[in-house]
Amino acid sequence: MGNKQQWTETTLAKSLARGKERKEFKSTSGVPLERLATPEDLHEDYDTALGYPGQYPFTRGVQPTMYRGRLWTMRQYAGFATAEESNKRYKYLLSQGQTGLSIAFDLPTQIGYDSDDPLATGEIGRVGVAIDSTKDMEILFDGIPMDKVSTSMTINAPAVVLLAFYIAAAEKQGVTADKLNGTTQNDILKEYAARGTYIFPPAPSMRLVTNLFGYCSANTPLWNTISISGYHMREAGCSAAQEIAFTLADGIAYVEAAINAGMDVDDFAGRLAFFFASHNNLLEEVAKFRAARRLWAKIMKERFHAKKERSMMLRFHTQTAGCTLTAQQPDNNIVRVAVQSLAAVMGGTQSLHTNSKDEALALPTEESVRIALRTQQIIGYESGVADTIDPLAGSYYVEDLTNKLQAKAEEYIARIDDIGGAVKAVEVGFIQREITDSAYEYQKAVEVKDQIVVGQNEFMVEKVPVGALHKIDPATADLQIKKVTEVRKNRNQDNVKEKLAALRAAATDADTNLMPYILDCARIYCTEGEICNELRAVFGEYRATEVL
Amino acid sequence: MADKKIRILIAKPGLDGHDRGAKVIARTLRDAGYEVIYTGLRQSPEQIVASAISEDVDAIGISVLSGAHNYLFPRIIELLKEQGSDDILLFGGGIIPDEDIPPLKELGVAALFTPGAPLSDIVGFLSERYAS
Repeated sequence: MGNKQQWTETTLAKSLARGKERKEFKSTSGVPLERLATPEDLHEDYDTALGYPGQYPFTRGVQPTMYRGRLWTMRQYAGFATAEESNKRYKYLLSQGQTGLSIAFDLPTQIGYDSDDPLATGEIGRVGVAIDSTKDMEILFDGIPMDKVSTSMTINAPAVVLLAFYIAAAEKQGVTADKLNGTTQNDILKEYAARGTYIFPPAPSMRLVTNLFGYCSANTPLWNTISISGYHMREAGCSAAQEIAFTLADGIAYVEAAINAGMDVDDFAGRLAFFFASHNNLLEEVAKFRAARRLWAKIMKERFHAKKERSMMLRFHTQTAGCTLTAQQPDNNIVRVAVQSLAAVMGGTQSLHTNSKDEALALPTEESVRIALRTQQIIGYESGVADTIDPLAGSYYVEDLTNKLQAKAEEYIARIDDIGGAVKAVEVGFIQREITDSAYEYQKAVEVKDQIVVGQNEFMVEKVPVGALHKIDPATADLQIKKVTEVRKNRNQDNVKEKLAALRAAATDADTNLMPYILDCARIYCTEGEICNELRAVFGEYRATEVL
Repeated sequence: MADKKIRILIAKPGLDGHDRGAKVIARTLRDAGYEVIYTGLRQSPEQIVASAISEDVDAIGISVLSGAHNYLFPRIIELLKEQGSDDILLFGGGIIPDEDIPPLKELGVAALFTPGAPLSDIVGFLSERYAS
């Protein structure tokens, strides 16, 4: 009999006979949580299961020195109204010590509509910045040297178009594509599963994804071609284990698509990046990041026979969990964000966005963004958690949870493999249904207070007026419509017609990489809507089957 | 509940893809005994009103998180009036600043639920409406 069993039957049993525990303890992934993890819960060999940072299986981190070399990139996602307005916010963030940019686009831009399209009505500049052409991109980066800053763009269905605008704007600054550093999210599968900004059906969309891989591997060696995202699926309601599984299953689908398009795995896999959420359950989240890293390394090595270590590294961005923010007592959100950020850092993230306290109510104000950024800086410079590598390794509990989350994620990936892969799993609604089931279960738990949300369903106060919120100037839409009209007027129309026609012709041949054609269009100020409409004409549009 | 089930259209207008709330509400109302039709994403106000009329619903619930509420709610009300269907109840939820709520209610939005609203409030609101 092990000592743990002896303890369970004696000391613990006596205590439990006197009084029960508060509740049944389970992770968000439904895994029963260990009351007390001990060495008896760990059966693994240190070198194979954990190893060393910068070495396979990367459980302890992707870089040999982690944050002792350089802290993570502090990258606040921002963008609103016009390019002029957002340009000011970016310069402010850079002046406050932020180390990378992250562009939020408005919904018309994300779905390939120009600002003067009737479908854009009411949405221009609301959730991000409106970018209609290369002209807007030039304004967005006015005074920001594009060879010096790394830029992440949350753009998916039209990622090829916005990257082309970015490259064309850089050329105007005299910066060549090979100097550009950043990321295009370019992850269409999670758009079908959770986020909703799809345009085209899956097959041509996967082609655009791999076209971007192909172009970048030859022309922009520093560019992260995709950010395979679990964040939005987690926000939509899935558990930590599902987040690992659905994200890595999407990753598998992209790697397969690129290999099928004729690429060698080691030519593109090193530029794949990932994006996860960080929630309140600090230890489960740390375990999640570690499990995801170890599992991806195994997939790349064993399933895809990658040779380069770089191809096996799961490098990721993290954002704190928007869905955990409460509209009630918004100051409490500062604490939530701090806990979530700690999880991301102790989980070994490469970059981090911290949400602002007022984001359950509006886009954040400059003041609340500053607090969010300061939260990262306090963790980085004061808390000490960044001073040693993978500080929670060896915690019996965290190692046990890491193993359990990995096992649960592997079960899900096997189910998705059985369905025929992530593309198929999205087409038949499997992933959507799993997410909605989890979201509904969570909400029911909140409703009956099985899940306490401080300030929202417990510890409530009378509603207090919140301070100033960020407002979008109602003149934004008219201004943006005027700008795009001007752009269309002041360009060589014959040239535009010719390049758009060439793009459409190229789109009909599934083996042609469209990126050079789109770049030709971007350079002469074709608008995003015009480019996407050419592609819509050839590819058609995706219609979702709704899963309730 | 009466013999004929109350029919509710849950809709996502505009371009916003955040449908967690809409889906949770749809399931909640279904479990509470309503007949629920969910439109899916990216419905224009015109499409929503057309679906509401062709599905013969008693109420429309819309979810807006993108900030476009001051365009979308009034437009749906206007269309319902134009079609002589303003007997259909319109309610909604999402990220809607406090000061925007009174004008929208003035226009005829029956109820607005903001982040953190308990499901029981939404079910309670409807059961009060359809009690008799």
